[in-house]
Amino acid sequence: MARVVVDVMLKPEILDPQGQAVQRALPRLGFEGIADVRQGKRFELEVEGPVDQAALDRIHKMAETFLANTVIEDFTVKVEA
Amino acid sequence: MTTRIGVVTFPGTLDDRDSLRAVRLAGAEPVSLWHRDKDLHQVDAVVLAGGFSYGDYLRAGAISRFSPVMETIIEQAKGGMPVLGICNGFQVLTEAHLLPGAMLRNNHLHFICRDQKLRVENAETAWTGDYTAGQEISVPLKNMDGRYTADERTLDELEAEGRVAFRYLDVNPNGSLRDIAGITNAAGNVVGLMPHPEHAVEPLIGTGRTDGLPFFTSVLKKLVSA
Amino acid sequence: MSLDTVKNASETPDASQPWKELGLKEDEYARIREILGRRPTGAELAMYSVMWSEHCSYKSSKVHLKQFGEKVPQNDAMLVGIGENAGVVDVGQGYAVTFKVESHNHPSYIEPYQGAATGIGGIVRDILAMGARPVAVVDPLRFGAADHPDTKRVLPGVVAGIGGYGNCLGLPNIGGEVVFDACYQGNPLVNAGCIGVMKHEDIHLAKASGPGNKVILYGARTGGDGIGGVSVLASETFDDTKPTKRPAVQVGDPFQEKLLIECTLEIFKEKLVAGIQDLGGAGLSCATSELASAGSGGMRVELDTVPLRDATLSPEEILMSESQERMCAIVEPQHVDRFMEICEKWDVIATVIGEVTEGERLEIFWHGEQIVDVPPGTVAHEGPVYHRPYARPSWQDALQADDAGKLPRPQTSEELRAQVLALVSSPNQASKSWVTDQYDRFVQGNTVLSQPEDAGMVRIDEESNLGVAMSTDGNGRYAKLDPYAGAQLALAESYRNVAATGAKPLAISDCLNFGSPEDPDVMWQFAEACRGLADACLELGTPVTGGNVSLYNQTGEVAIHPTPVVAVLGVIDDVNRRTPMAFKETGQLLYLLGDTAEEFGGSAWSQVVHDHLGGLPPKVDLGREKLLGEILISASRDGMIDAAHDLSDGGVIQALTESCLRGGNGARVVVPEGLDAFTFLFSESAGRAIVSVPRSEELRFTDMCGARGLPATRIGVVDGEEIEVQGEFSLPLAELREAHEATIPALLA
Repeated sequence: MARVVVDVMLKPEILDPQGQAVQRALPRLGFEGIADVRQGKRFELEVEGPVDQAALDRIHKMAETFLANTVIEDFTVKVEA
Repeated sequence: MTTRIGVVTFPGTLDDRDSLRAVRLAGAEPVSLWHRDKDLHQVDAVVLAGGFSYGDYLRAGAISRFSPVMETIIEQAKGGMPVLGICNGFQVLTEAHLLPGAMLRNNHLHFICRDQKLRVENAETAWTGDYTAGQEISVPLKNMDGRYTADERTLDELEAEGRVAFRYLDVNPNGSLRDIAGITNAAGNVVGLMPHPEHAVEPLIGTGRTDGLPFFTSVLKKLVSA
Repeated sequence: MSLDTVKNASETPDASQPWKELGLKEDEYARIREILGRRPTGAELAMYSVMWSEHCSYKSSKVHLKQFGEKVPQNDAMLVGIGENAGVVDVGQGYAVTFKVESHNHPSYIEPYQGAATGIGGIVRDILAMGARPVAVVDPLRFGAADHPDTKRVLPGVVAGIGGYGNCLGLPNIGGEVVFDACYQGNPLVNAGCIGVMKHEDIHLAKASGPGNKVILYGARTGGDGIGGVSVLASETFDDTKPTKRPAVQVGDPFQEKLLIECTLEIFKEKLVAGIQDLGGAGLSCATSELASAGSGGMRVELDTVPLRDATLSPEEILMSESQERMCAIVEPQHVDRFMEICEKWDVIATVIGEVTEGERLEIFWHGEQIVDVPPGTVAHEGPVYHRPYARPSWQDALQADDAGKLPRPQTSEELRAQVLALVSSPNQASKSWVTDQYDRFVQGNTVLSQPEDAGMVRIDEESNLGVAMSTDGNGRYAKLDPYAGAQLALAESYRNVAATGAKPLAISDCLNFGSPEDPDVMWQFAEACRGLADACLELGTPVTGGNVSLYNQTGEVAIHPTPVVAVLGVIDDVNRRTPMAFKETGQLLYLLGDTAEEFGGSAWSQVVHDHLGGLPPKVDLGREKLLGEILISASRDGMIDAAHDLSDGGVIQALTESCLRGGNGARVVVPEGLDAFTFLFSESAGRAIVSVPRSEELRFTDMCGARGLPATRIGVVDGEEIEVQGEFSLPLAELREAHEATIPALLA
């Protein structure tokens, strides 16, 4: 089975307090040099059958209507080798 | 004929019984609606109650929004049926695009439960007729993902059209943009808010105030006079 | 590894087995061989080891807990006593209430969020398994020093876990405690209590009877969560010097639990189950052996039918798995279809995994081969019983001789005022709203009183306004000074708190948190606390309905303070008559009920001002507690008082501060004759409360106190915007509020 990954991130203009909390913790833990952190979601889809354009279109539609809320989130779809 | 007001139970809905009680105390007939049932059983209005439907997994309200009962509710709301979304119900309404904007994690990242002061900005909606514009009320607030957000253009539009129905006073408890606690659609039949009017309907219970009861009497009057 | 079947075990009697690694002692292993007449199979060994662990078998505590069953007071309210998932009491009008407090201490130290969350999940399922709808939760919590860096890790995690799980279930969180003390560093106490309500006829018991009845496992799939967790976590102390076994932490799914609650309540409503048990510690091992042994004894289980989240689990692991959100029901064959329909409605997975059989053996099969063949009672109830040696610690006398009464006291009014501010802003006495505001206290729409009131109270009948109240209390400092008195004081405080709200105390549950039972000092503390609690229950007429023991709360040689936490359940006929703690009405008279003596041993003052622990705790007078309770309840019923607040840690000044701030009114008070201001404000004498009396009721109230022999001293009036102690100092409410409310957010932000 092929795997397709959908990454969902808050849009750049939307405040991400979880990401900020992580960023603030980093120096305390001795990790320097990180200018910004944004936290997102990753969906791993195990696809039955071939991952052709039709399948990708379906997944794109799924991400747009369900996995992401496009009012606040962007998403990307990629096929994993 | 008595007015029938439905309260939807999704898996993980918590405040359905409270909302049914509030409907009853307001003098209407409470009707339980089940998420898998498309039939609204001749109700005249619908309350989407608070809670953690589907555990708030994926996003608050995101999974419920696609349940069978919502198909009918979305259709009828567009036809003018009064719909009130409280907390998780508000999240469902934004996910369903019946109301604009979206809800994000509270800016302080904690669940917050408090007695919250609000100002009623719009007393013309189906659910706010028994208030007066500018009236200050106190009702419980309790949420994890209550930070209302929308783009600037939408916010300006909401303000210009008087569609900000409630605003937080004294404290903005979750970082909502422009202190917005609740909004209405343009027609005034669909209203969503984060605080919980159904928890403020009896003098002895909760905060000891009944500031939330007018939500339910408002819609009752509206329906009876219609 | 090949399957270790019963047949294989009989044929290979000398095969070596990892009994030691599973926490069993040599004689315990020998006893298992004796019971079975052969060596146990791997699966049997797993079952015995986990069920005979301290956590499940109470092997060290049993001999002392016996007293709770022996010194039972006459009390008609008791419907189900110790031994079931939770006790049940009659609260009138056909209603029964079940309640219990449990600990989830060690898991919450390892993984604060999940440890606390699954603690809530477990206690809620216990209550559900009795046939009751859970209606409220409470959380007594104890952490290390407030300013210790690890407290910053543990506390927010625990609080978020309790909120994250409990809020998602729709159960109002109505009470509890938050206590800081360096003794809990590394051993936080995360106790959780739950109250459930049902009608008498709906009481369900954990038993499997009726051959042919089906055994149904329903709820979450079984995964590798906490395998061996119960046994290993409860049997070993943490030791930084050697690598500790840190088994997988159980992860909770509150959404699944919410579905399980609603699904189970619907199943109860249609009377579809003959017996039911939740799956908690020791998972299926516990549920199957307890259900079978409480019934006729016979049960056959096909273990390969258990729905798995992880297909690689071995049968031993499936038996030991502590995956959360699972229940096991015994269902007559004709009800199975309807049972399954309801589960399907709620999206809950349900599977018939076996049936009740004629015999007296618990038999478990794996793909057709028998891997368990045991008398279930030997697993569930006939575990080892230890008579651990105990002796009064050599240091106890010196500790008691170190009298707190000899500590330097404030010499001037300014010093007194400064110490008041230091007290009310100290982490233990400061407002805990930073914590409790993360819990939903409104859901279900029946909450009459919640934190920081003396006790939480919920309405259980909307027509009659019948309600129940609960308070949980414990004071490890008192118990360290005298465990017998300390346990009694915990009960007395909880009893007083419930009575202060106007509810009549009915019964108790306890959570006994102690160090290692292998230390005779600790064992003495435990024995003394049990004896004290049992004696006090007999005198107050409040039976112990059940509870929980948590041992090994220690790091290296250092044990926590002995910490018996007591939950008292009370009933109130009409919640309209409840007494809140806030001073709301200006002009009302303040009365101090009870006697005040110079008692500072273990007090908040001695801790905050002198960092001292020594002397004796306040004197216990249970007759006085009972009388005080009766007066508070009568005064509430007859409308003679508008506010009441119990006096405990922090004494009069703490209670005044809390009641004034909550009501938004000040108070003018005078030091009663015969007392100095310091003793008046800081003493922690037990058996006392402050009440606010409308002027119109004063005579009636004082007559009642006089007639029944309870000292009632008028100490002042509700008035103004400051607390003024005449001739000493005044403190504006704004200054008090800042001191009282800023501490915890500042420590944890």
